[in-house]
Amino acid sequence: MKTEDMLKALTEAPGISGAEDDVAHLLRNYFARLADEASIDKFQNVIGVKKGRTSGGKLMMAAHIDQIGFIVKTFDKGGFIRLAAVGGHDPRVLPGQSVVIYGQEQVRGIIGTTPPHLQKPGDTAKVTSLDDLYVDTGLEEEALKRKVRIGDPILFDNVCTRLQGGLYAAAAMDNRAGVLVLLETLKILEKMTHDWDIYMVGTVQEEVGTRGAAMTAYKISPDVGIAIDVTFGDFPGIPERDTAKLGKGGAVAVGPNFHPALTEKLMQVAEEWEVPFQKEFNPRPGGTDAVSMQIAAKGIPMVQVSIPLRYMHTTVETLDLKDIKRSARLLALFSAHIEQAHREVVG
Amino acid sequence: MKALMKKVVETFGPSGREDAIRQVLLEEIKPHVDRIFTDNMGNLHAVREGKGARIMVAAHMDEIGFVVTHIDEKGFLRISPVGGVAPVRCLYQRVLLENGIKGVVGVESVKNTNEIDFTKLYVDIGARDEKEAREMADEGLFGAFLNEMNEMNGLVTAKSLDDRVGCVIAVEAARQLKKSPNEIHFVFTVQEEVGLRGATAAAFNIEPDLGIALDVTGTGDTPDSPKMPMKLREGVAVKIKDNSLLVPRRVKDFFIRVAEKNKIKYQPEILTFGGTDAGAINLSRSGVLAGCLSIPTRYIHSVSETAALSDIEEAVKLLVKILESDVKKELE
Amino acid sequence: MIQILEKYSNACGVSGHEDEIRSRIEESVRDHVESLSRDFMGNLYAFKPCGRQNAPHLLLVAHMDEIGLMINGVESNGMLRFVPVGGVDSRLLVSKRVILGKDRVPGVIGAKPIHLQSRDEWKSPIPLSALYIDIGASDDKEAAAKVPPGTTGTFHTRFETQEDVVFGKAFDDRAGCALITELLMTEEDEAYPVDITAVFTVQEEVGLRGASVLAERVRPDFTIAFEGTTAGDVPRDDYASPSTEMRKGPAISFMDRSAIGAPRLINHFKATADKKKIPFQMKKTVSGGTDIGVIHTKGGIPSMVISVPVRYIHAPRGILAVEDYKNTFRLAKAALMNFKEVL
Repeated sequence: MKTEDMLKALTEAPGISGAEDDVAHLLRNYFARLADEASIDKFQNVIGVKKGRTSGGKLMMAAHIDQIGFIVKTFDKGGFIRLAAVGGHDPRVLPGQSVVIYGQEQVRGIIGTTPPHLQKPGDTAKVTSLDDLYVDTGLEEEALKRKVRIGDPILFDNVCTRLQGGLYAAAAMDNRAGVLVLLETLKILEKMTHDWDIYMVGTVQEEVGTRGAAMTAYKISPDVGIAIDVTFGDFPGIPERDTAKLGKGGAVAVGPNFHPALTEKLMQVAEEWEVPFQKEFNPRPGGTDAVSMQIAAKGIPMVQVSIPLRYMHTTVETLDLKDIKRSARLLALFSAHIEQAHREVVG
Repeated sequence: MKALMKKVVETFGPSGREDAIRQVLLEEIKPHVDRIFTDNMGNLHAVREGKGARIMVAAHMDEIGFVVTHIDEKGFLRISPVGGVAPVRCLYQRVLLENGIKGVVGVESVKNTNEIDFTKLYVDIGARDEKEAREMADEGLFGAFLNEMNEMNGLVTAKSLDDRVGCVIAVEAARQLKKSPNEIHFVFTVQEEVGLRGATAAAFNIEPDLGIALDVTGTGDTPDSPKMPMKLREGVAVKIKDNSLLVPRRVKDFFIRVAEKNKIKYQPEILTFGGTDAGAINLSRSGVLAGCLSIPTRYIHSVSETAALSDIEEAVKLLVKILESDVKKELE
Repeated sequence: MIQILEKYSNACGVSGHEDEIRSRIEESVRDHVESLSRDFMGNLYAFKPCGRQNAPHLLLVAHMDEIGLMINGVESNGMLRFVPVGGVDSRLLVSKRVILGKDRVPGVIGAKPIHLQSRDEWKSPIPLSALYIDIGASDDKEAAAKVPPGTTGTFHTRFETQEDVVFGKAFDDRAGCALITELLMTEEDEAYPVDITAVFTVQEEVGLRGASVLAERVRPDFTIAFEGTTAGDVPRDDYASPSTEMRKGPAISFMDRSAIGAPRLINHFKATADKKKIPFQMKKTVSGGTDIGVIHTKGGIPSMVISVPVRYIHAPRGILAVEDYKNTFRLAKAALMNFKEVL
């Protein structure tokens, strides 16, 4: 259960929104080893429960397990596949990408483009829209149609790559990094006492509207909710104030989506135990499971921690493993203190 | 079925003003169900009792339209859209206000047709001046487009196939459905076009095990259309995805199994825009398994929505067979 | 038969730094030729005489180098700046993994997330000035120590097979290098009727530089270049020639920007193909150029280009059909074996 091994397994497990089966099973197996109960619901949300000493309240930590990708939309003459997007894509990172189609068997392909020798002058100044892109598997139409059908998931070919200084790059760091935080938190909680029952939830379909979070939050109806996701890492060309630095800890979110006093408590825990963290400022709800969780059922007071991530929604999303470990430590400590914090500021 | 379709599509009923169409549907479905009532939002519920799975079949009664926001000094009515109405599709159309007054949509002159938006449109009811206009109409009156249904070589074209065709399929299925182990709620929902509102309320109350929406979907078979796999005359469309819903695999596979077993013509559907009541049902409470049977339709949200009668017939057949199945077992 | 293609495709060798691919080629051909040598630029010469008197001298040429990138600066935050080497389509750089230098240091070319871009930015491709290579270094000292400016790199692409096609990088022109290697690997009892000099050139992608040097050193009677060329049989907006198509066999060029193919050679290949029932196609465009361009004018040497069709030729990953590769080999071998017909 080494952190690096879980990171690799999680980022390389396929699971686009609506087809999360493989990554859900992987996560359930991890939960089975690290928590008291583990289950998968009919939408592939994964729920792990770690019972507390008193079970006096419920804490729900959520990280989405789905990744962006595509599904097979139509077949063009010659066996070329047109893409329907699942989740948001920047079409400029798509040409030339290697993909894998999960049909009857896995079929490899490339998102194709007009070859440079055949381009017209002015073509290089244009962005090809998603509608005009296609996947080329090299196979002929009949051979392809025996293996692939309309609606089959298409994912980026993904290999988790280790860079210098404890940095890792892969597709789907958004949000397998968040999922890894859940697991690392469980590892630390094995050696700590906590009063409340903790629900670790791998939610589905965040990328298409935080749907899994809405469903599971309604069902569990926790007393406090924590969303764990990724946030924009530092990169030249983006003002520093809009990003979090890699290697300086998780970013605690401040804004109307989050309970201010509870967020204060979280930051106090970090300071008291000397866990490095950063702050990010979100003027309006949006972009993570916290959006749905805050208003589920009777409403849930929320906090959020995000892992700084460079190059979000590309195939080379890059983070510092230390930030995952620090965030896990912070959340484990916060869980141990949650009963008191809740009593003091939520009541 | 054609006579029923004509009656249903030509009835008035924009979002928020569904009384007339509700009455028509009530009369049609009443003989085929055990219980019938209207809920607080205006949804029409027609229930077939049963002990098995609880299924909510949703077809929305409302059509797109507009509302009169003010009357100008010359006696022309200014309007805002109700539902997704593109200004350019209103030009010179005949309209009907909820109080029976008929009108025509006119437009101010513009240099460039790109500038046409709702501020430039108006409804002309033939009033001589503002005073006469106020005798005939009022702010807050809802209106819809007027058009009759025609047949074209096996196709039908009409306003509001979206989603009166779904309503017709529900009525026909109720009529043809002999026995079923399930508890079936045929719900003719309101206000789908302004945000799936009727379905959201109905699903919350019903708490179904399975939701099936009946609606229209686009096609990829006209010149330079968006690339989608749906075509007219290729059968009922079984939805895989739209912007409101990723149909769970087990639901889609169940529908396809039933179609193949009964040799019903079907096609896969991926709609790259828009949503249906199934999306609202899916997100109800702690989540509900939901899918959608769709009728491929050209020119959606125009006064000449066009679909194939054969596809509609296949949809009825498929819905009946689905409702006759042991749904609890099929969805395990 | 594709093992050599795989070995060559996976090797690194950006124009100007062809060491690794050159070693692999040397290893493969060493035992099948009489002599092996290089010149100061790095071109690799392999000589395989046929042992007959007055045999015609045939030059076979393929280039070893591939397009890639070169590091030309290091930022204080440890990010590397780079420039493309050869005709890299700059729209394909973003969101890719790369390997740099002899030690194959892994890096990524990332981009500003779309969520943080303005509507205007969305409309244009990301310019080179906004791209960086991130190797995870925390500052410029660390970065420069690992990857000093001047280091070249390629896309991190693995060769893979799928049914009857293969995926990989640099088929332009590792396919050509592999074909010539296979042609040199004759059996004990096989002999061509011609003396062969095979030259694996450097720096074709940056201006046919290696080839420009060899024309003084080798004076053949005929020249044949082996290339990977564009297969444009993919969805396109307009009616335009696909140039070549996959699964239609080797492509023979009648003309390109650098040379007009010699009818004698072209007709010989066509006749051989018909006789041996090997499929082939004519390349249906006249764009592009090859090493032939700077060789054939030295005294006017009849020359020809034969190519394997490759989709996505200057992209991180291309596709070629195994049957096209094999048929190109079969045709070239047969044409060489009965080269007497040309004379």
